[in-house]
Order: sequence, then structure tokens, then C-alpha cells
Amino acid sequence: MVKKLPKVDAVIVGSGWAGGIAAAELTKAGHKVVILERGRDKKHEDFMGTKDELRYSKRYDLMQDLNKETITSRNSIDKTALPVRDNSKARLGNNTGGAGVHWNGMSFRWLPYDFEIYSKTVERYGKEKIPKESTMQDWGITYDELEPYYDKYEKTAGISGEENPIGPPRSDKYPNPPLKETPTIRLFKKATTDLGYHPYHMPSANLSQAYVNPDGEKLNGCVYCAFCEEYGCDFGAKADPIGTVLATARKTGNLELRNGSNVTRVSHDGKRATGLVYTDTMTGEEFEQPADIVVLAGFVFTNTKLLLISKIGTPYDPKTGQGIIGKNFTGHFNNLSTYIGARGFFEDKKFNNFMGTGALGATIDDFSGDNEDHSNLKFLHGYEVHYGQLGTRPIANNQVPEGTPAWGKEFKKQSLKYANRNLFITAQSGFLPNKETYMDLDPTYKDSLGNPLLRVTVKYAEQDRERAKAGVARCAEIMKEMGADTMNVDVVEDDVEFDHKFYTDHFFGGAIMGESPENSAVNTYSQMWEMENLFVVGGSSFPHNSNYNPTGTIGAFAYRAAEGMNKYLKQGGLLTQAELKENA
Amino acid sequence: MSDNNPKESASGEQQKQQDMSRRKFLKNSGLVAGGLVGGSLFGGLLTNSFDSKKEQKVEEHKDALIDVQEAMQFFTRHQDFLVLMAATEQIYPEDEHGPGAIKLGVPYYIDKQLAGRWGINGRDYRHGPYTASLDESDQSAGPAGEQSILDRGDIFIQGIRKLDEESQKRFSTTFDKAEEDQQIQILQDFDDDKVKMNGLAASEFFALLIQSTLEGAYSDPLYGGNRNMEGWKMKEFPGAQTSYAGYIDQDEFIKLEPVSLRDYQGH
Repeated sequence: MVKKLPKVDAVIVGSGWAGGIAAAELTKAGHKVVILERGRDKKHEDFMGTKDELRYSKRYDLMQDLNKETITSRNSIDKTALPVRDNSKARLGNNTGGAGVHWNGMSFRWLPYDFEIYSKTVERYGKEKIPKESTMQDWGITYDELEPYYDKYEKTAGISGEENPIGPPRSDKYPNPPLKETPTIRLFKKATTDLGYHPYHMPSANLSQAYVNPDGEKLNGCVYCAFCEEYGCDFGAKADPIGTVLATARKTGNLELRNGSNVTRVSHDGKRATGLVYTDTMTGEEFEQPADIVVLAGFVFTNTKLLLISKIGTPYDPKTGQGIIGKNFTGHFNNLSTYIGARGFFEDKKFNNFMGTGALGATIDDFSGDNEDHSNLKFLHGYEVHYGQLGTRPIANNQVPEGTPAWGKEFKKQSLKYANRNLFITAQSGFLPNKETYMDLDPTYKDSLGNPLLRVTVKYAEQDRERAKAGVARCAEIMKEMGADTMNVDVVEDDVEFDHKFYTDHFFGGAIMGESPENSAVNTYSQMWEMENLFVVGGSSFPHNSNYNPTGTIGAFAYRAAEGMNKYLKQGGLLTQAELKENA
Repeated sequence: MSDNNPKESASGEQQKQQDMSRRKFLKNSGLVAGGLVGGSLFGGLLTNSFDSKKEQKVEEHKDALIDVQEAMQFFTRHQDFLVLMAATEQIYPEDEHGPGAIKLGVPYYIDKQLAGRWGINGRDYRHGPYTASLDESDQSAGPAGEQSILDRGDIFIQGIRKLDEESQKRFSTTFDKAEEDQQIQILQDFDDDKVKMNGLAASEFFALLIQSTLEGAYSDPLYGGNRNMEGWKMKEFPGAQTSYAGYIDQDEFIKLEPVSLRDYQGH
């Protein structure tokens, strides 16, 4: 028996950056908002004194409990998918603030090339350059149109950054100066400059100084304590939804954030969404929360699963290429597109590796996106090479030169010796969508409430491997220039396949955006073409993955979506109707 | 209170040191200039961690506390525990750098972990169908290495007894009494999957054994390993420091006394 609750203006799934931004903007405009968050209530107080590597980095205290729900995985459409059973292969966000709490804070802007990738590729190289298996497309928006929303997000989060010498144009500078420069960052910057590249400090949501954002929320300056990724900030110095947008929404008196509310489907009449149905995780009771607009702002997996289970839109079929929901799954895969690169070992230098913060480091964009000429390369899109001083922790930091045993006397000796004598640089590369990399519902495995698990199928294409190889080679070139005595360089095998690790939390697609319902689930306001009072916000709307961390772009599109929601609540209708008519 | 009460004066001295640490921290962190501390944001923990009155008392009982916490929660057979001790010591041996697994408390750490949520895979997806013996083609079909129906406790019991069984078979003695070379040979064969286990590969058990040994050597002492923070000291890792803001841009390598969570949280 589903108990129906009193109607509100807007109901939102998820309290991460996307849901939090929507809630802040809607409540500021006077609308009554309910956020349904299945995880626990979290305040900054919960993160104080939590510098505990075992609990947070090895037992995944802040991540989604897979005993209630997980995903299944396979790397080809003719195989049987198996469930991802433990958190070492699935670091998915949970609780108030979502993954926005335990992120590193790297907050890039994506490139003009990303948003018009199809047109710009055809324009520069001709149509034949588009690989046969590729389903890449324009996003229906340009960088210039998105720029004001980037600016808004960066000011909310207090991003601390240094102007990218070859980056896209900005309407304003970063709200805060870059983080400090460390000896190892200097080493990376010097090496890359000597090689003719253009290094700059990574834009960071770990703040370089105390800051008050435009909504009046206070953030502290980072103290470089090195417990950032996988941790909530102990010091209120990393921008997260709890301390910014959720706090702003709460101040209005118009927000109710309901924890322990596990949304299972969107209620609708085929034309309009009427609300969200959820199970109270404390009692097992089912409720329906009706609303004028419904916002799905969960992670990619949540948004896609809810659309498929609620039978909204047409599921994507990899055999026919028809349908849209579940299409264009992409990501940063840890044996292909990030966490691979070159590790240098230094005999005569010792670094303070244990100090740092999530987004402390430098990067080069000389090979990002389409910044280099791809005419003679076997791949499209590119990679950024960065050195990050996140701060190493002792259980995980056991780096030894190749050929050293993984246990025993020699291992102990070498791992102690090199603990503070090794540096790693990585190439994070883009991933272009293909016909056989998608999401649907698993035919066998169920979640704790008896609903099917989401099934993810990932197939690497030739060009993805070529791009990764080029990135790793560049890392080796730079590490050598940095003066490493020996190096471990990762090898990208010709037949490397997806290893079922959903570890990076950078995953996209399933309800992608575009300029027309022909090729997309939502418009550039994240509004469903087929159900105009339903907004599906976040990484699920990205038609492909760039070579940068995604949060800045998720934030920008969430601000654009929120603007659309406020406009829709006033006047109704499709927010990009004009473009739709032009295309029809 | 009498002036010559040693406890009181020690406590007073400690208080003074804490006040100095606090000043040093504020200086190093640059927070004095930042201005937000002391406001509504993060005063609580700072005050807490430097003003603890109980600290001295707990300090005195620390060794006694470790002793009473070192008893078997999970394992039931003494022989299993002896094998676990021997195996973890081979993975992380005592040497000129400092203590090995046994002196760091690693076997008790593992016993405690297996007795809790981790030992029964409490956070993991545990619904069937399970795929116990993945053949080559199935391996690439899904996440291998975690598809067993066995929980971590089952895996440890089976693996530990298999180590002993192999030692009896090859050397006619228990694993813990075998020579160092013999122990290493058996462990290497587990690592290389030359030993057959039931329901999972020997290398999967061995990976779990390595992982938990390193966890026991380097996790916060609150979990029963890394005794006296010796693991951290060997690695020159200073634990739960409040701030590195005063050091982060400096060229020299910085050596700091490690801080445990008990000291950091200041309960």
C-alpha cells in the first residue's frame, strides 16, 4: 500500500551536487522542495577527526552499501554479466552530499571541442575520421553558452585556480588564487615547460584561503592534511554540497531533505511525471511524493535505472541502434583512461609525499581534446597529463620498482625505502561512446527490494587503447625529464578489456542531451523531451566523456537545469521548443 | 591537591605542551590570519583535541589495555592462530628497519577484522547465483575474484588450514614449525595458484592475506595492529596531523612524531 503525501513544487532524487544545486536555486525562487536521499544524514561534524585510512579508504565508509544495491558488469554483449560484489570495485557516493562530499576537488572546465565534438571533427578531418563504432554527437550547446554557468558554479564552490595558458576563454578569473606550489609541483612544471608544454595549477575545490560564496556560505582555507579523496573534509575547506548549496537551500525554509528514502520509481501518466515512489529504509513502508516537477539527480546508474524501471523513454537496443535510455555509457576506466601512467623512483631525493590535498597538483593541456592535430593519429580526443599531490597513506602506499616481490623481506625493505622517494604522473584520457557500451536492466540479479539491478556493458574500441598508449608514453617522457632514476611505466595491452572496476566514479550517459529528441533523452536544460516536467540532471546527460574530471561540468549543467526548472514552473512547456521546431 | 603529586604535575606539564602545540598548529596552518576559526565553523575539534583531561590516565593503562585486547575473537583453534602468525610474519618480517607482523599485532588485527562486519562481507552484495569456479572465458565476463559464496572468515579458515596441510604433506611438520625457506615456498605456491583450494583460487586467499597484513601493519593503532605506531615510524608517516600548511611548500623532508586517532580526536 503506497501512502500518498501532500504535493510539493519539486521533488528531487539525490542530494549531491546536481540535486543540491537544483534545490538551492528552486528554494531561493520560493518553491517548496523535497529531496529524497537514500543515504544517511551527514553534517560537517561527521567528518571531524576522521583521518582513518582503514575505515574510509579500505572499508569505504562513505560509499554506497552494495549489500542493498549494486550493478552487474560484462565487457561484451554476448556474455553473462556478474554482480560487482565489493566496494573495492565500486566507489559510488552515498549519504547527504553524495559523491560531492568525498571527491578530490578537481574542478575543470571541459573544452569547446567537447560540446561540438561531431561537427568540429567533421570540419577539421572530414566525416571519414569518425570511427564506425562511434556514436559521438554534438551536445546541442556551445562552450560560450555554457560559460556563465561554469562561472556561477566556480563562485559557489570557491574554486582556487591559475589561468590555463591555453584554456578556453573565461568571463571572469577564478574566485580564489591557486593552492600553494610544492617542490614536486615545481619539478613537474619545470620538466613540462622545458619540454615545451604549458603547465598550470589544477583548478581546485580545496580552497586556497577562507572564502564566503555569493550565497553567503563560509568555507575555510585548506590545511593540506592529505585526507581528502574518500573523506569528508575535517576542516570545512573543501567545497561540498552540505556546506554550500544544501545549506543555502535550508536557509530559505523551503527545503525538506528526507534521508533514508530509497526512490524506486517515477510515477507518471505517460505524459507527465506525477511524483516519486520511495521506500522508507527505516520502516520498509512505501510512499509517493507528488510534485509539479520531478528531478532525477542521482548518480548515472540511479537515473538510468529509474527511467528504465518507470518505463519512461525507449530503452536503447545495441543490436538495432534504436532507443535512447541507457545509450552512450562512457567513463574513466582505471585500466585505460586514468590511474595509468609513469611512476618514477628517486635515489637521492625525498619528498613530503604524505602531505597534500585532493586537487593539489599541476596539469598540461597540450594534448587535451583536439588540441593536437589528430590527422595522423589513430584516435580522436586526447588526454591531460597531471601530477597530483593528494597525499599518500601508508596502507596503500607500497610502491616498489618493477621486479621487486610483492611480499617478504625485499618487499618490506624497498617499500619503506621508496615510500617518500616515488612520484606518479598519470594521463587521464577521454572516452568516446560506441554502439556496444551501454546500460540496461539485468535479467537475473535483483536489489534488496526485488527490483532488477542495472547491467553495464563496456567494450573498449581500438581508438580508446591507442589514446591510452599515447598518454602513457607522454607520462614516461615527462617523468624522465623530472629526473627519475628508474620508472615503472604502465603497459596498455593491445587486447586490454574493461576489468569491471567502477572505481573512478567518473561515469556518464544513459539519458544523454542533444538538440532533438531524435538523438537524445533530454535537452540542454536536462528536461526530458518526452515528459516535460521531468528533469534528469548530472553526468547521465553527457553524451561522451572528456579527458577531465567531471564535477565542474556537472555543476555548470546543474545550474542551467535549475534555471530551466524555475522557468518551467513559471511558464511550462519545452525550454528549447524553438530549436525543436527548427529541427522538426 | 598537593604540589608534589606526580600525576598532577605531569598533567600540568602535558597541558602546557598541548597549549604550545595548539599555538604551533595555528601558526603553521596560517589560520590566525584566515580568521574563520573560533567562529562557528570548526572550533569544536580543535578545542577538544588539545584540552583532553583524560589523556594522562589512559596513557598509564595503555599497555594493560593492549594486553587484555589480545585474545581470539574469531579464531577458535590455537593452531590456526599460530599458522596465521607465521604466515603474516613471512609477508611482513621483522628486520633491521623494525618489527614484523607479529610484534606489530597484525594477527590480532586480522582476528578482530574477521570477527566483525568485514569478516562476513557485511557491505557486499551477497545474492546468488554465485559463480564459484570461473573458467577462462567466464573470467572476463564479469568481476572475477569476488564471486565466491565463501565469506572472508570462511576463506581465512580454509586458507590457513590449507597452509598447514601443505606443510604436513611436504615437510611432515606444521606450517608454524617449518623452516623459513619451507614457509616461503608454500606461500609462493599459493601466490602462483599451484595449490588447489575449494570455492576460490589460492591466489585470491593469498591476496586477502597480503592485504590484511599490510592493513594490520599500517592502520591506526585503534584497530589492534601498528602497535605503538611502529609501522608508521618505519615508513615515516606521521599519522593524523591537523595541518601541513606550514610545511607544504618547503623543500626539506619533514620528520614529525606520529599522531594516532586517539590523540587526534582527544576523547
